[in-house]
Amino acid sequence: MSRGKAVPAGYRWAVASRVAGAFIGGYALTSAATVLLALVWPLPKAQAVLSASMASFALYAGFVIWAFHVRRLRWIWGVVLGGTALLSAAAWMLDAGGAA
Amino acid sequence: MKDTLRQSMAWLHTWVGLVAGWLLFFVFVTGTAGYFQQEITRWMQPERVVTVAPAEVDRTILAERAVARLIAVAPIAASWQITFPYRQPGNRDWQNFSIRWEEMPSGAHDYGASASERLDPASGAVLPLDPEPRETAGGSGLYRMHYALHYMPYDWAIRIVGVATMLMLLAIVSGVITHKKIFKDFFTFRPGKGQRSWLDAHNVVSVMALPFFLMITYSGLVFFLFAYMPVGKDVIYGTDPETSGAYYDELYEGGEHKHAPISRPVAPLASMIAQAGKAWGMDQIAWITVERMEGEVPTVELTHVPVGLGRTDAATMRFNAETGRRLPDEPSPSGVPGATQSVLFNLHEGLYADIWGRWVYFASGLLGCAMIGTGLVLWTVKRRRFHLNEDRGHQEHFGLRLVESLNVATIAGLPLAVAGFFWASRLLPVGMMDRAAWEYNSLFALWLGTLFYALGRPLRRAWIELLWAGCAAFACVPLLNALTTGRGLPASLRDGDWVFAGFDLTMLGLAGGLAFTARKVQRRLRPAAPAPAPQPVLREAQA
Repeated sequence: MSRGKAVPAGYRWAVASRVAGAFIGGYALTSAATVLLALVWPLPKAQAVLSASMASFALYAGFVIWAFHVRRLRWIWGVVLGGTALLSAAAWMLDAGGAA
Repeated sequence: MKDTLRQSMAWLHTWVGLVAGWLLFFVFVTGTAGYFQQEITRWMQPERVVTVAPAEVDRTILAERAVARLIAVAPIAASWQITFPYRQPGNRDWQNFSIRWEEMPSGAHDYGASASERLDPASGAVLPLDPEPRETAGGSGLYRMHYALHYMPYDWAIRIVGVATMLMLLAIVSGVITHKKIFKDFFTFRPGKGQRSWLDAHNVVSVMALPFFLMITYSGLVFFLFAYMPVGKDVIYGTDPETSGAYYDELYEGGEHKHAPISRPVAPLASMIAQAGKAWGMDQIAWITVERMEGEVPTVELTHVPVGLGRTDAATMRFNAETGRRLPDEPSPSGVPGATQSVLFNLHEGLYADIWGRWVYFASGLLGCAMIGTGLVLWTVKRRRFHLNEDRGHQEHFGLRLVESLNVATIAGLPLAVAGFFWASRLLPVGMMDRAAWEYNSLFALWLGTLFYALGRPLRRAWIELLWAGCAAFACVPLLNALTTGRGLPASLRDGDWVFAGFDLTMLGLAGGLAFTARKVQRRLRPAAPAPAPQPVLREAQA
């Protein structure tokens, strides 16, 4: 902890926030994207679920890479919150429509 | 985050690699051993009866003998299966001539009890079980640890390994981006230049097997698909175990089916076997399944010996069991996604590969260990320079020292512990209680010991001594084998027993590899310039 001066606390919080946004936020966003992808993939239902789930790791990796590159933290959290909400809403509407 | 894409990716690569590196090293070491898991198990059970090529008996006669036994033991069943003697691809073990049946499920159960018997190809008589060899963790135990770890619940273990695997995928992608001149640098190696050399070594081994690393990482994630990314299936099929099974029914059985009872096929098996034999070659027929789905005709299905990448859905031929007429092939209900998944699994496990293919896998796995090992060392080398620049050269930095000790214990200590695992298999009493568990315990106790050693010794001494100890431990394995069994290296070479000879020679090869590494490290870590002051201190510490 004697290195507190060398690395300011603000920087550490920014890194922590970025890590959380990239990994936890990214997982939420990827989950929402996976559900939507499974619903819209033009394949029999089980095959679409399998395809979307297999692709999810690439999506997740892509998002984390982006999140560690983008300059502003606000962007990451904006995309995580907005994107997850939007994708989930779309999936919810499609799923409800399909079930009816 | 940093100014350029490359800088931010270098940052990500560094930290992701550090966090996951030690666990990934363990996963790579045990997983690499898995490519020879059957051979390792056979070496660990030297008294096990060696399966030699069974006597050649015509498959038509074998089928008759099997059916006669099935009628006697399971006249009414949900399914019958007859397995012919065939050699598993990649010079693996012989599959024994055997029968298996599933009884009709009783009450509310989905499946009935199933049982199997080994038959003598020459007479059709039921064979007694081989004498039980010594209990051992075996090669499969070593292999299983690369995803299920040890001493912890399975569900935790696969998730912990899953996180590390995801971090590895990120490390690979960010590493490639960091390295814009990936192909030019591939031909760059600057030995004897400290950090540069570590970096070059790391780059060379990483690029050499890059497709393997990408494949093994991604397919590893797909193995536990719904443990890692359950949401798609959970939302669409629900989480209720009663209904969520519909996913698998749709994917693998093309809807729900129930078994109806079967008995001896009316149509002769001989003509079906002749047809398949004509199309594939007689010795390529692996097994025959007789079953009947509710509301359908009973069928006889002949399956080809699994070959190639699509081996989970090996070629089959189906016949109507009443008329003997050939039925059209059913398209697999899992389609292209299912085929993609099974290709990924096969690529990961390498079961399709012949013996040389498996050596390529083994070598790629070792390159993975080298990549992770050099990467971990590189972190400390860079970090040490960073601290030196801050003029903290004489002050041991706690975090750095911890990482360095963990590096020693992992990279130099784990090989020693694995050698200890093989020692235990020869030295523990054969009739010991929980013998397999003590083989594992030996490995982990020894590994923990190397951690204490790494923490207690001066770093340079710990590196060199543990590497040499690992080298000696591996070199002694063939010796121990020769002393405790009749199947030592001279005997196995003379008899052409390549499972035993191959194992012992591999041990010597690993000893050689560790000796090479120890020599390298010895030279690299030699105290720079004239440093007369710390020398006596070092010597005192040794004494």
